[in-house]
Amino acid sequence: MKITREQVEHVAKLARLELTEDEKALFTGQLDGILAYVDKLNELNTDGIVPTSHAVPMENAFREDVVAASIGIEKALANAPDRSESFFRVPKVIE
Amino acid sequence: MKYQVVIGLEVHVQLLTNTKIFCGCSTRFGAEPNSQTCPVCLGLPGALPVLNKKVVEYAIRAGLATSCSIAPRSIFARKNYFYPDLPKGYQISQYELPICVDGRLDIEVDGETKRIGITRIHMEEDAGKLVHLETMEAGEKSYVDLNRACTPLLEVVSEPDMRSADEAVAYLKKLHQIVTYLGICDGNMEEGSFRCDANVSLMPVGAEEFGTRAELKNINSFRFVKQAIEYEIERQAEILDEGGKVVQETRLFDPATGTTRSMRGKEEAHDYRYFPDPDLVPLVVSGDWIEEVRSSLPELPDAKRQRYQAELGLPEYDAEVLAASRDIADYFDACVALYPQAKPVSNWVMGEVLRALKEDNREFADCPVTPRLLAEMLKLVESGTISGKIAKTVFDEMYKTGKEPAKIVEEKGLVQVSDTGAIEKIIDEVLTANPDNVEQYRGGKEKLFGFFVGQVMKASKGKANPALVNEILLNKLKG
Amino acid sequence: MELHELTIHELHEKLKNREISSVEATKAFLARIDAVEDQVKSFITVTAAEALKNAEAADKRIAAGDMDVLTGIPLALKDIFLTEGILTTCASRILSGFVPPYDATATARLKARGMVLLGKLNQDEFAMGSSTETSWFGKTRNPWNLDCIPGGSSGGSAAAIAAQQAVATLGTDTGGSIRQPASHCGCVGLKPTYGRVSRYGVIAFASSLDQVGPLTRDVTDSAIMLGAVAGYDPKDSTSVDTPVPDYLQALTGDLKGLRIGLPREYFIEGLDPDVKKAMDEAIATYRALGAEFVEMSLPHTDYAIAVYYLIATAEASSNLARYDGVRFGHRNQDARGLLDMYMVSRDEGFGAEVKRRIMLGTYALSSGYYDAYYLKAQKARTLIMQDFITAFESVDVILTPVAPTPAFRLGEKADDPLQMYLSDIFTIPVNLAGTCGISVPAGLSSDGLPVGLQLIGKHFGEETILRAAHAFEQATEWHKKKANI
Repeated sequence: MKITREQVEHVAKLARLELTEDEKALFTGQLDGILAYVDKLNELNTDGIVPTSHAVPMENAFREDVVAASIGIEKALANAPDRSESFFRVPKVIE
Repeated sequence: MKYQVVIGLEVHVQLLTNTKIFCGCSTRFGAEPNSQTCPVCLGLPGALPVLNKKVVEYAIRAGLATSCSIAPRSIFARKNYFYPDLPKGYQISQYELPICVDGRLDIEVDGETKRIGITRIHMEEDAGKLVHLETMEAGEKSYVDLNRACTPLLEVVSEPDMRSADEAVAYLKKLHQIVTYLGICDGNMEEGSFRCDANVSLMPVGAEEFGTRAELKNINSFRFVKQAIEYEIERQAEILDEGGKVVQETRLFDPATGTTRSMRGKEEAHDYRYFPDPDLVPLVVSGDWIEEVRSSLPELPDAKRQRYQAELGLPEYDAEVLAASRDIADYFDACVALYPQAKPVSNWVMGEVLRALKEDNREFADCPVTPRLLAEMLKLVESGTISGKIAKTVFDEMYKTGKEPAKIVEEKGLVQVSDTGAIEKIIDEVLTANPDNVEQYRGGKEKLFGFFVGQVMKASKGKANPALVNEILLNKLKG
Repeated sequence: MELHELTIHELHEKLKNREISSVEATKAFLARIDAVEDQVKSFITVTAAEALKNAEAADKRIAAGDMDVLTGIPLALKDIFLTEGILTTCASRILSGFVPPYDATATARLKARGMVLLGKLNQDEFAMGSSTETSWFGKTRNPWNLDCIPGGSSGGSAAAIAAQQAVATLGTDTGGSIRQPASHCGCVGLKPTYGRVSRYGVIAFASSLDQVGPLTRDVTDSAIMLGAVAGYDPKDSTSVDTPVPDYLQALTGDLKGLRIGLPREYFIEGLDPDVKKAMDEAIATYRALGAEFVEMSLPHTDYAIAVYYLIATAEASSNLARYDGVRFGHRNQDARGLLDMYMVSRDEGFGAEVKRRIMLGTYALSSGYYDAYYLKAQKARTLIMQDFITAFESVDVILTPVAPTPAFRLGEKADDPLQMYLSDIFTIPVNLAGTCGISVPAGLSSDGLPVGLQLIGKHFGEETILRAAHAFEQATEWHKKKANI
């Protein structure tokens, strides 16, 4: 086994996904199969190989420190599932 | 048992840029909620970050001022976690390969200099604000304002080199002084522009291995830093004395009680899943860029203090006060450039200028008596046009009206009287009016000399040249 | 010839010569959409009113002599492109009500040229899939055979061309999502070099792999569309600041001395016989056109799928964290507290394939597994990229199949994610290497389904692959074949 049901539950929590019992069972099996497949990467010797983040070499993209117009409160909140005045509203966060 | 405390600080420095770190929204404080937002800082689908060049420049400034190495190549990473004030579900920060590493600050505690290591300085974006307003409608709700989201921060991470709360405060003050001197942060701790987390652990005196640490959060003043650390030392010592174990955890400082409390339970085990942000490209800082920034650095407090003593001949106390903040030092420097007599300038800046600004709750930059006006006034004193005493009157008038000192002197007729005849006349009148005192003086009560001077100055409305008054008075009293 | 059968360049001529107006053309396409949409289901949103407004504006521009090659041309966009004021869902329930306040750069560039926007096209949810079966809004069908998938993830973008519901469309390609559906639907699909087209306003799946590109009836249209959307965008840090050539100029028809590589890892035993036949015929055609063939190797090909499914899912797991029900998107309103709101909203909002990939990616980045999975994959990516760099020292283009088989039947691979992933083997390496690739119609299977061939170019080698694709197209009739619908 590459991954256990407990690990699947932990990962689901990290990813904020409320999985059903069926989904947990299904994903445990499927992820196990996929992880077994990707194990083939261990055939490769990657010692001293630099990891690639972007396949096209690129560096230093900047913007100047000049204020651009904001989109405005109404546009910012237009898609909010819940709002109050000019705030987004969410269930209470316990500090 | 006796314990040695070990302290490391993580300081978040909010940068004084016009715009956010990855978008063009304004960073102005206090705007209406969510009015300073755009697709990027709202974390809308499809939006992409672009790095504000000024943030990099400010990070290099901070690095150079704390003797860090500036990394020729650094990268941004995503720190993944869910929170309503974190729009994208990750914070863009630097993890592996930060921009500045391996620096130091020298602090002074009880007359001893101590070197505190700086592990790293990295750039990151701030989160938004969660608001829990009593006045808003009832119900179990929180409110999200994203104006602050994406505001640029530097995180300055020290080595665990501090061994007392006082050292921690000294380090923090020094860092505060430097970032405000550099002009990269307004240093406002109440508004959260300069925030501190402290890692505190205890180990038995003489031990080499550090104990388990607690991370203290929400300590937003120098005083609270001392309180929080001292409380934490007591708390951990008590646990250890009873044979217990300190738990590694995050603790929240409560300014109302001066204590810290555990955030355990409310905070699950984090797994931030850092990885290089594929939306951003590597940051490459050339040697030329570093030198360009280095040449634009202002003179820093330590150097300034030394210069004031060595070159301007000021006492240590004056040098300390004048170099304490960039505002006061800039004012003093500007004044000395126009009137190169450091000590009188120092006396005036530390005296009248500071007093007036404090009474008025104003900043040096807004001082109605500009360095030029103060220098002009000091020149009038030096040339004998006005007396030192009258100068205070002139200063107050300049402060009120911003007028030229020469003009005030002329308008108010404050020119010092150095005409011997005129002064003799006043003295004669005073002596005539006080025959008893004259007699007593001549009978040996020489303390009365001050009384006569006072009377003469009063009669001249402060304008009589004090040196001449002394000289003539002495002669006349001899009889 | 019906209006809805025309290419961009053909329709442009008619508009320019005032044979027809953009409003007429637009009405023809809206009628065509009405006629076939029930069968094909290419669209998530049809923007008829918007389209007619665009067309009227375009006709005014044309009358004023201010005409671009795209002015008045009815186009449609994959629903992954943000369109200000127009529903943009990425085929997910979680964005089922999302009306963006801004345009993607690609959207804005097409608008500036005067396009007519017919609507937003179906796709796999968050572009995660190879069959357009994972959309919250239903499955799109292949116009060549309605029992077959159109490919994916840009299945709606390809099907709309094949069903003649738009002149041209835009898609995105993360692991083959333009080229594979183009191949399955008999159209031309181009994935440009990473950084060639801005990703700003394109809903992210895997940021280091995603790239925008056109799906068109022919190669000339592909060159036109690429020219319209390509180019540096200061809003995308990964867009590259190199000049955009005139791609139409590249279509010279001259292939003399062109060195075409045939990577042995792509011509394996067990390749579908129809695909094999199409490749053999294509090679013969290219020989006749004066190209030279070079046997070659891309030795790390076999690792590409493993690398891809670690990197793409890791990036996706983070990119999709913003769908948290706070600022936009689906929220379960009955949730008891914050954690519950996150967990239930995301569970309800995402489909199974998306959840599976978020899970895999989260796992690949998690503490204790990062080095073994994500970092290892990034290093292996370097080896795959180097394969291509080495190869392009001795060849100008690489010719391969696009997919191992023609379009499969709906539901055939829906329950076996790994089998679905493996079908992307010929397209994924191009994304990992960041190079460009184009899919061109190259045959029909014995069942009458289109088969495409892929031409891969080096970084910013779009002119070369367009030239090679165009010459092939001119020498064959495959691009003229039409789905019988």
